[in-house]
Amino acid sequence: MENKLIVSPSPHIHSGDSIPKNMYGVLIALIPAFLLSLYVFGLNALILTLASILFCVLFEYFISKFLLKIQPTINDGSAIITGVLLAFNVPSNLPIWILAIGALAAIGIGKMSFGGLGKNIFNPALVGRIFLLISFPAQMTTWPAPVLESATDAISSATVLSQLNLSSALPTLSSMFVGTESGSLGETSEIALLLGLIYMLWKKIITWHIPISILVTVAIFTAILYIFDPQPQYNPIIHLASGGLMLGAIFMATDYVTSPLTKKGMVIYGFFIGIITVCIRLWGAYPEGVSFAIVLMNGFTPLINYYTTPKRFGEKQNG
Amino acid sequence: MLKTFRIGGIHPAENKLSAGKKIVNAALPAQVMIPLAQHIGAPCQPIVKKGDKVKVGTLIGKSVGFVSANIHSSVSGTVNKIDKVMDASGYKRDAVIIDVDGDEWEPTIDKSDTLKRECNLSSKEIIEKIAGAGIVGMGGATFPTHVKLTPPPGLKADTLIINGVECEPYLTSDHELMLEKAEEIFVGTEILMKAVDVKKAVIGIENNKKDAIARFTEISKSYPGIEVQPLKVKYPQGGEKQLIEAITGRQVPSGALPISVGAIVQNVGTTFAVYEAVQKNKPLFERIVTVTGKEVKNPCNVRARIGTPIKNLIEIAGGLPDDTGKVISGGPMMGKALPNIDIPVSKGSSGILIIPYSEAKRKAMKDCIRCAKCVNVCPMGLNPTLLMDLTEFQIWDRAEKQKITDCIECGSCSYTCPANRPLLDYIRLGKGKVTGIVRARKN
Amino acid sequence: MNVILTAVAVLCVIGAVSSAILYIISQRFKTIEDPRIEQVQEALPAANCGGCGFPGCNGFASAIVKSDTMDGFYCPVGGQTTMDNIARILGRTADVSTKKIAVVRCNGSCEHRPRTNIYDGAPNCAIAATLYGGDTGCSFGCLGLGDCVDSCLFDAIHINPETMLPEVVEDKCTACGACVKACPKNLIELRKQGPKSRRIYVSCMNKDKGGVARKSCEVACIGCSKCQQVCPFDAITIENNLAYIIDDKCRLCRKCVPVCPTNSILELNFPPRKEPKEETAKAEA
Repeated sequence: MENKLIVSPSPHIHSGDSIPKNMYGVLIALIPAFLLSLYVFGLNALILTLASILFCVLFEYFISKFLLKIQPTINDGSAIITGVLLAFNVPSNLPIWILAIGALAAIGIGKMSFGGLGKNIFNPALVGRIFLLISFPAQMTTWPAPVLESATDAISSATVLSQLNLSSALPTLSSMFVGTESGSLGETSEIALLLGLIYMLWKKIITWHIPISILVTVAIFTAILYIFDPQPQYNPIIHLASGGLMLGAIFMATDYVTSPLTKKGMVIYGFFIGIITVCIRLWGAYPEGVSFAIVLMNGFTPLINYYTTPKRFGEKQNG
Repeated sequence: MLKTFRIGGIHPAENKLSAGKKIVNAALPAQVMIPLAQHIGAPCQPIVKKGDKVKVGTLIGKSVGFVSANIHSSVSGTVNKIDKVMDASGYKRDAVIIDVDGDEWEPTIDKSDTLKRECNLSSKEIIEKIAGAGIVGMGGATFPTHVKLTPPPGLKADTLIINGVECEPYLTSDHELMLEKAEEIFVGTEILMKAVDVKKAVIGIENNKKDAIARFTEISKSYPGIEVQPLKVKYPQGGEKQLIEAITGRQVPSGALPISVGAIVQNVGTTFAVYEAVQKNKPLFERIVTVTGKEVKNPCNVRARIGTPIKNLIEIAGGLPDDTGKVISGGPMMGKALPNIDIPVSKGSSGILIIPYSEAKRKAMKDCIRCAKCVNVCPMGLNPTLLMDLTEFQIWDRAEKQKITDCIECGSCSYTCPANRPLLDYIRLGKGKVTGIVRARKN
Repeated sequence: MNVILTAVAVLCVIGAVSSAILYIISQRFKTIEDPRIEQVQEALPAANCGGCGFPGCNGFASAIVKSDTMDGFYCPVGGQTTMDNIARILGRTADVSTKKIAVVRCNGSCEHRPRTNIYDGAPNCAIAATLYGGDTGCSFGCLGLGDCVDSCLFDAIHINPETMLPEVVEDKCTACGACVKACPKNLIELRKQGPKSRRIYVSCMNKDKGGVARKSCEVACIGCSKCQQVCPFDAITIENNLAYIIDDKCRLCRKCVPVCPTNSILELNFPPRKEPKEETAKAEA
């Protein structure tokens, strides 16, 4: 029995890479941070994360099928990631109904209104977070103490950044890096997040350019200020270890759709995110600036893509 | 630290299923169909007609103009007719069809196997002999060799590079040739060095052919001026520009020829053909073809006469597997999928790759997710997703500025894309359009 | 109260100053355009399709106003009525042009022309055409991937999913020529629409020898020249094994259609033929 031959242009083999593979890779990279959030914040972390995933996937399914009338693509994993990252950006005592509104904002406004995966300008999880921050400022800025410290939870306590803002006493560095300080679900443990970064670099899901340029910019900018005026609010190490910077630099700014395509562009993007973050943290009204910085630079991504090109073969002459 | 090229590149599975298989001679077919267009440039003018008797090595097609190549009969017998035959281009083009009778060679050809090292011809005479023998680039590009060896006035080479890289997965014809005809390749290199008047030659071999590297390094001791350079295994190391960068460190500027950085590159198969042409008066009428594939019973390297139908070679490898999906002339990255297996072997047929049906169909295409993996792997530093969009929307001036004409069509972008977008399909289309626009502008 | 008054006053001053600046700039950088250009542009259908050969309706309007004659200017979308209107505006007379329509010269449907392989590349005719001759035995025929459909601004051509061939919607086609340019096989031609939209054409572009062509497609033109012999107006030429009916010479007499052994010549919008039985009965009587 002879089949008809298949004819198509080259190449005739494929790496096997797919969108779900990359999305699930990011989810695996988030596991250390998730496990730590369970340890630090307890059952609430689990409930919020699962609820967020559920809301995001459901909203994407219904909006795709009934509003936009396109084929739902919930199995590519991107809605799940939006869910996890949204949950990681909120305090662990956030009421579920507020989280649901956040998920609607994230998926509905941040992603589907632009046309779905690949077409959105702003990071959906950050759109959700900023929407919640502005709509529910009180609930979004009361941080419960880590479960380990007290027998009862839901005592609100200050995050490191808000302490810096109010110039009160500071916790130790090691607790900040490990993540036993107060904060939103996913942002507290720098070590867990760095493990995720290493995993994603190893699996070639992202390149180093965006996270490193953001962190280096923040470190150098604050270091320069610190040299002139050694106050704790200018301490570069405290800045790197606190707030949503690590989470933002590693998982939010590196979102494929909303970040630049070229390496040159990625470094420029990361640099400005770093600058704007520090400016908002030090001189702006909000204690945390990463979300705003990233969303602002997301808006500049098309412009960056237009004006930067990759390093061309034959540009420089050697030998 | 092995040398390599700096920008982009991918690592597909090597699948060298036919490695180590000694070259077997294909039996002569009953009839050959020799296409008159097997090279870049103008097709040949046939100089035989129906009823003419020919021997192996008889000139049957004369080159037309400078960028063209002669074509010789690969069999002895009678010319049946000159007719349109489907060749590897996918279209029917003129070919000389010869009924095979015996195996009588032209008397001028030296059929002996003894190595002949000495060559007392001048550079001009060598190039004339190469032109006369109809030698073209046998790595697959089929560019007429005598044209490459005749640089434009004012440009001169300082390094000859012999391409023993064979970076395409599955293909092993060059590898086997290097193992079995090693000294002949060195003599061919010496002849080429004389033809272009260079004192230095480097033979680049990818590090997955350690036996060839060892043998060549050993032989290079008796050939002053020729060195052997092992190279990191990365696709597309065998691309001309990438190979020049790995060996000399120089990058050929956009739109320029390799000679502008002082390099001339020749494939090992071409080099061997040069040896045979200059030292044995043997024109180009046969070549080594790898027949391979995961379901092929007997992957092998076959010495086939030009014009042999591909199905004959597939028989030698154990026949066409039951669930064949694609039959490809060349390698899986840059080879051409064929619509049937009656197509004849031509000078550029480096391999026949059979891909099973389960692996042959492309996956459904999705929207671009802006992951930039295509940008990261492009060896020429282009932005493939942008070039595909520009081609779809026919924005030719911006496509030209984005250097679409620099694309070497290696396929790394389409290979990598997680959304299975047919990037190279569109870029190839855009490249052709922009090249046409640029040419029209110059005239 | 004072605050409100101050605010209103400031805004008024800003408004006045801005208006003055805008007025001065608009007067300073004013371009004087022939008013007829705008009048002509109003008379055009505003499709901006480029069918006239000019960049958009404004390009056509500028060019025709600047030119001395109406020669070489024709808007295929607006047709004769529009050209007459323009002529009136410019005080000239318009030539009478014939209405044309796009015609697809291939009838190799799935039924007539069997597929011999499976094309799995990008769904684009130009891409497939550079790769090979197509998924059938005829390398001249329609590839069915729809470059013509994508190029049409008037929704006037669609691929019929059963035959995999493009079909022209008669009342929408404006003969702008976009599909002609888009087809990489040069299958589409603009031909005279004829009275009652009738037209006769050879629906094949196969230049292979007759036997080869016929093997790949049942309705291929085999270049037998029977049509040429029977044409009373010398309107049919045979070149490279392919017949072609010259538009200007053809009088739509229909004599060529029944003699074609492969039914390669198509006649559109004609009444059905009388039965041959009647004619033999007449002859016998």
